[in-house]
Amino acid sequence: MMSKKFVVSSSPHLRSPDSIRSIMIDVLIALFPVVLMSVLLFGYRALITIILSALAAMATEALALRRGNFFGDGSAAVTGLLLALTLPVAPPWWLVIIGAVSAIVVGKLVYGGTGCNIFNPALVGRAILVISWGSHMAGDVWLCPEPYAFTADLVTSATPLATGQAPLLDLFLGTVPGALGETSALAILIGAFWLFYKGHICWRIPGSFIGVVFLLGLTQGGITAGLWHVLAGGVMLGAFFMATDMVTSPYTPAGKVIYGAGCGLITMVIRLFGNYPEGVTFAILLMNALTPLIDNYTVPKKFGEVKRNHA
Amino acid sequence: MSNFGQHLTRGILHDNPVFRLVLGMCPTLAITVLAVNALGMGLSVIVVLVCSNVVISLLREVIPSKVRIPAYIIIIATFVTLVDMLLNAFSPDLHRALGIFIPLIVVNCIILGRAEAFARKHPVLPSLADGLAIGVGYTLTLLVLATIREVFGSGTFFGLSLFGESFQPMLLLASPPGAFITLGLLMAAFNYLYKKLEVSQKKRRSKQSAGDVTVPAVGTDVPKGG
Repeated sequence: MMSKKFVVSSSPHLRSPDSIRSIMIDVLIALFPVVLMSVLLFGYRALITIILSALAAMATEALALRRGNFFGDGSAAVTGLLLALTLPVAPPWWLVIIGAVSAIVVGKLVYGGTGCNIFNPALVGRAILVISWGSHMAGDVWLCPEPYAFTADLVTSATPLATGQAPLLDLFLGTVPGALGETSALAILIGAFWLFYKGHICWRIPGSFIGVVFLLGLTQGGITAGLWHVLAGGVMLGAFFMATDMVTSPYTPAGKVIYGAGCGLITMVIRLFGNYPEGVTFAILLMNALTPLIDNYTVPKKFGEVKRNHA
Repeated sequence: MSNFGQHLTRGILHDNPVFRLVLGMCPTLAITVLAVNALGMGLSVIVVLVCSNVVISLLREVIPSKVRIPAYIIIIATFVTLVDMLLNAFSPDLHRALGIFIPLIVVNCIILGRAEAFARKHPVLPSLADGLAIGVGYTLTLLVLATIREVFGSGTFFGLSLFGESFQPMLLLASPPGAFITLGLLMAAFNYLYKKLEVSQKKRRSKQSAGDVTVPAVGTDVPKGG
């Protein structure tokens, strides 16, 4: 029976079949319903924006790393896609390209590339665009969707967050003005379900993020207001796809809850007291900055460890 | 005068006050929104730095080492006050644009740093050359930073409109976060080029015969920060 030799090898002994590439492809699959919904709602120009942003991000990374493989590990494609989903339907083409290039360069490559970045690259790109070209990124630039009509004749208006008007069902389905990927909670939930199923995200960050937004929303007028704050704006997209970025969020269980709750708190503070109508971008970026600190303070107790007596 | 050339390359390259010594960050970040402000600030620093280096070098045997910092501050403050009043009298617009950062030259780490690291140990002429070289390095660096920020952040260069009406400037670059981002990217680029230069110099030096090598004066060891 013991004819086989023992295999002696150094740690790590537990290996996962996951690679960066396979996880990124799963994220791309998860984003598919969101992309599909935005094209259905906003028409072909949404698709142009999304493709332009993803191609610009991939081209930037391939060029900067002098890499022949255009797709690479897929993280640039995810970054470009996520950036596009936070943009208005038809921004000027240069805005999309500058956003994608700065997301990859300033958001990721200057820190040393995939896995080394402090901030979520897509949100860095978005923040740069919001600060630099506010008139293209806020106010009456959001198209009112005309579901399933592939037309260019859409009316622009402010998002429900600015106007305060929108029925909850419309917010859930996504038939309200807003950024490409943020309006449809339904599509986001379908995509997020795939990520849960594959085990790439857990409930802690989105749960605490959305929970805190809901609780603080309650103070603005009961359950309807709570649900409204969760469904309107970018909370759903941010909570499931941005805040859960593996590189820039804490990896301890308790840390994830603190991080998500912090995101929710800052989002609501910016929404209720700030100058910007929406605060998800800056909330997640600020909590990204705190991630190393949170990880440091929430190291889990090792099994069998005894609390040290400070005598 | 080849000696001065060496000082100059040191001020711009090896001891570049912003990129290598990382001194005087506060005005560097704050006033580089417009190129004209950067030039004004740089020239003011050159004047103060040269004058204070000369005077401190002249008094280096007189000032007791224990009270040298207060003494330096008084010398520097005198020249800063002069520059402040001159600017106010002859260029009020620039004076208003630079605001508090002219008086703050008193506590600029570059000037105190050169007094401490160079002027108090060297005779007058080298101290003068050192002040001029470091000042020129500082001014050039400010100009590069401010040019990038003004051209892309406001669409102008020394107040001249570059791109016409339809250009939409990148407001981020004109704001404080833009200053940090631009400075960081420039510093990375500078250090990358500097390392390349160093490597190529070493290769050239090792190719020469070992006997008659004149090593250029590489940076004095000033503590970083400030």
